[in-house]
Amino acid sequence: MTPVLETRALEKRFGGIVAANQVSLCLEKGARHALIGPNGAGKTTVINLLTGVLRPSSGAILLDGKDITHVEPHERVRLGMARTFQINQLFGDLTPLETLGLAISERLGTGTHWWRTVGSRSGVVEEIGDLLERFRLVDVMQERTAILPYGKQRLLEIALAFACRPRLLLLDEPAAGVPDGERQEILATIAALPADVTVLLIEHDMDIVFSFADRISVLVNGEMLVEGSADEVAHDPRVRAVYLGEAFDA
Amino acid sequence: MSKLTRPLSAEIAGLLTARARWSPLEFVFWIAAFSTIYLFPEHHLILTEIVIWGLFALSIDLILGYAGIISLGHAAFFGFGAYAAGLLAKHEVLTEPILALIAAGVASALLGFLTSFLVLRGSDLTRLMVTLGVALVLRELANRFPEVTGGADGLQGITMSPVLGQFRFDLYGHTAYIYSLIVLFVLFVVARRIVRSPFGLSLQAIKGNPLRSAAVGIAVNWRLVAIYTIAAGYAGIAGALLTQSSAFASLEGFAFDRSADGLLVLIIGGTGYLYGGLIGALIFRFAHDYLSSITPQYWQFWIGLFLVLIVLVGRDRIGGWFDPIRSLADRVGAWRSGRSRALGATTGEGGKP
Repeated sequence: MTPVLETRALEKRFGGIVAANQVSLCLEKGARHALIGPNGAGKTTVINLLTGVLRPSSGAILLDGKDITHVEPHERVRLGMARTFQINQLFGDLTPLETLGLAISERLGTGTHWWRTVGSRSGVVEEIGDLLERFRLVDVMQERTAILPYGKQRLLEIALAFACRPRLLLLDEPAAGVPDGERQEILATIAALPADVTVLLIEHDMDIVFSFADRISVLVNGEMLVEGSADEVAHDPRVRAVYLGEAFDA
Repeated sequence: MSKLTRPLSAEIAGLLTARARWSPLEFVFWIAAFSTIYLFPEHHLILTEIVIWGLFALSIDLILGYAGIISLGHAAFFGFGAYAAGLLAKHEVLTEPILALIAAGVASALLGFLTSFLVLRGSDLTRLMVTLGVALVLRELANRFPEVTGGADGLQGITMSPVLGQFRFDLYGHTAYIYSLIVLFVLFVVARRIVRSPFGLSLQAIKGNPLRSAAVGIAVNWRLVAIYTIAAGYAGIAGALLTQSSAFASLEGFAFDRSADGLLVLIIGGTGYLYGGLIGALIFRFAHDYLSSITPQYWQFWIGLFLVLIVLVGRDRIGGWFDPIRSLADRVGAWRSGRSRALGATTGEGGKP
């Protein structure tokens, strides 16, 4: 079966620095894959390459077997790839209601309609309501996003990626900085994703990684050190030495 | 969960509809605007000027207030529209004013489309310089070809045909005013529709965060090209109205002063809610008259001071001083939809401006 996402010898150099070196990833449909590594290992660089924010110096990215290395970021979203950001990237002047309405309109291809009002198409309203409820945003749906508490903004950040209904979802530390109560909420929502959605998770928190992922890639200094099942990675001596040492001593 | 869904969808539908609904204050505004036709017939010449400034500032609001594109050369399109309308009338290519107006608007929009690719790239500073440069280039071109444009003397010998073959432009500016006001109203309604559509919402999203906009699938550059083109068309129509109402077009249409004053007018009225340009034009004109009657030579001192105060009070959101009135208008509008449980709690405390 064609993998949903594949990278072939992906490289990104910034001047003399190699941020990603010969990175090869392969995600089957429905995979729960985690990308881990110490700070500065190049994880976010890899996400930015996958989503097209950065152009690779060499190598190729394939989505469903199709080469998307030179496809624009917004086109990749249309092809079914969505992401969340490690640091919230939201629309401060819009309300959660408008934000989700916008993303859904774009997905349905009505984003260029200038003569209609937002949500005039059937189904949009229900979908906005569903997302607002699922991410506990109903009570703040009319507030400007910029003034929402951090936890709510984080939930909106994730909800916005869900609104794109991706087949491939890239999560960049989704629970970063979220208070405990809402953290469980976010993790539960991610765990409840449909089985046919493929997920690549970047995460620091090892509890989250091992409870979620069935395959793990370890990135060190821009290079793929190990790839394997959660068990293999947990018991790999190189991984212990380089990165996970303390976490597994217990 | 599914029990909750029904009233929630109804509420969301109500809120989304309320976004687009005309608020009572807007009705008051337009009724007042049209009543000036009967109330102040002796001031129609000045009022026409205000309408043209208002339309020009409205076109700047479309790019600045909604898409975050800053321009110091928007007069390029105003001047282009002005000359287009003048040449069409002078050479009797298209004599009916409304058709000529549309043609001038389309021509300016085309120019906007072609130059839009220059403003896509780069920072605000780049955009300021590029837009400024385009306006300067056009002004010099108009100056260089006096056989077409009349050069520094302006385009003379324009004879205006009656609007729809019926309404002659008169010496007192009655026809010109009614005509301009109707054009403004129609274009305002269209602009209002645009900014409240999914397309308009995507512009606000791009203004707020272009990176995330692309990450939800928005083709950022094409949206900016689209709104820049539309705004250029609006500015061109404003220029054409000036030519048609005065039977004259001059290099002043391209002038830097016009670009800068247009921005000034918009900022006085506030950006991002479409009425800013119209209210700003009114304030600007009266402040101009009032201040220059007190201090004929130094009236710009007061305008400058006023501008600094507005920007300081409005902080990061220029025009923020108008927010209380706007949010009151929003609330009244939403309240009329009579569906929102969340708003039910807040209408009581709906702040006064």
